[in-house]
Amino acid sequence: MQTSYSSSRILLPVRPWFIGFSLALALLLNFLPTSVWPGVPDWLALVIVFWSVREPRLVGMGLAFLLGLAMDVADASLLGQHALAYVLAAYGGSALSRRILWFPLGQQALQVFPLLLLVQLVQFVVWAMVGADLPGMAYFLGPFLATFLWPLLTLILLLPQHQPVDRDDNRPL
Amino acid sequence: MDQQPPPFFKRGPAPLALLSFYVALSVALLIVDARLQTLEVLRQGLSMFTHPVQDLAHLPAQLLNNAGSYFASAARLQEESALLQRSRLESAATLQRSQHVEAENERLRKLLGVKEREQVSGQVAQILYSARDPYARRVIVDKGQQDRVIAGQPVIDDLGIVGQVTRVFPFLAEVTLLTDKEQAVPVQVVRTGMRSVVFGLGNGELELRFVPLNADIQSGDLLVTSGLDGIFPPGFPVARVAHIESDTTYTFAQIRCTPVAGVEHFSEVMVLDPRRPVVLPAELADEVAAKDPRASPKSSRAKKKRPKKD
Repeated sequence: MQTSYSSSRILLPVRPWFIGFSLALALLLNFLPTSVWPGVPDWLALVIVFWSVREPRLVGMGLAFLLGLAMDVADASLLGQHALAYVLAAYGGSALSRRILWFPLGQQALQVFPLLLLVQLVQFVVWAMVGADLPGMAYFLGPFLATFLWPLLTLILLLPQHQPVDRDDNRPL
Repeated sequence: MDQQPPPFFKRGPAPLALLSFYVALSVALLIVDARLQTLEVLRQGLSMFTHPVQDLAHLPAQLLNNAGSYFASAARLQEESALLQRSRLESAATLQRSQHVEAENERLRKLLGVKEREQVSGQVAQILYSARDPYARRVIVDKGQQDRVIAGQPVIDDLGIVGQVTRVFPFLAEVTLLTDKEQAVPVQVVRTGMRSVVFGLGNGELELRFVPLNADIQSGDLLVTSGLDGIFPPGFPVARVAHIESDTTYTFAQIRCTPVAGVEHFSEVMVLDPRRPVVLPAELADEVAAKDPRASPKSSRAKKKRPKKD
């Protein structure tokens, strides 16, 4: 007997404006002053990975590249550092999309974790090439927390797709 | 034989092709930005889009801050005002004396025929946030091209030198702190007058490099800017010597210093106006021009300083 997971529930088609809105919100969260605290996850990377897993046709590497450039400018880091990391994450997300969606949420999170770690590692390698110090282990804490947030994020970002199109007051559900 | 698939199966270039394209583009950007520093225009253009979002993101923190100060008790404010009043009175005597001494100094310098010291002025800027990058010791301040800030201007706080403006955006400027690994400041030891250069270590400390083992330097010595670079005005406190290790296996002593100013704290800073370039005497200018026709104004200034001082 085939088990039915929450991830295989039939959903409404996603609205493109909601994808844009969630990405903008993630960018805003990344710009918050709290992002200098150790262990705060890279929200933008998380949301980019989420949409490239869910909607690989809509959110691709082009968008990830542009958002990465925005992060680079705002962060005063090397131009292309975030862009490279996000492009690789978006590619990984869309390549693994079919596989990841097959699993329940907890196991999805486990498979997303390497992608989020990749985002940090790429930036780490870029800086190691330019010649900088080791940032300390707190730098790699972000992806762990982001992994734990994956089920919650899935719930929140899929909420608009759970509602029925035609509202029927007499329907029991 | 052109059998094209129907248009509704078209998905653009293959994912791997796209990936190679974007990775190549990012790596090209990285290399150009790290080696050539010619992407400032692109950066400034992009900052026109990111700046409003950043402003929005900093709004809640600012609101909280403002609300906090709004609800600060009147008693504390009175106490603070009294304290400030007192400290102003205490410093008034020294200030008046220093004005007198400065005037006298100027007169004496004129008598001796030495060039007058430049007056230092600047504009106050607020530190907005520090770069999110854990590798960068940089902060962003709220003054930019609109306020005629240019790259290279020194930045101070109430205690001493904080850093230097390294990048300018339309409404913001990026300040590299003293403690950044790539920042160096020419200094002078107040007690002995010895000149040297301090380098940032990247961990909140500074290092005085290339000082011989037998140099007269002690723990607690104050280092001030020497002004030899033509960028930092002379006489501003930079750091205090914290720890000296003279190991005879090395040629130079290892000297650790702590910055005097609140370098890693969030507060208001002052962006000093750029120093006027020193005009070369005619014969020296000719010499420099003959040696290196493409010499930048900065290097020619540095070249000219040496024969005059030593």
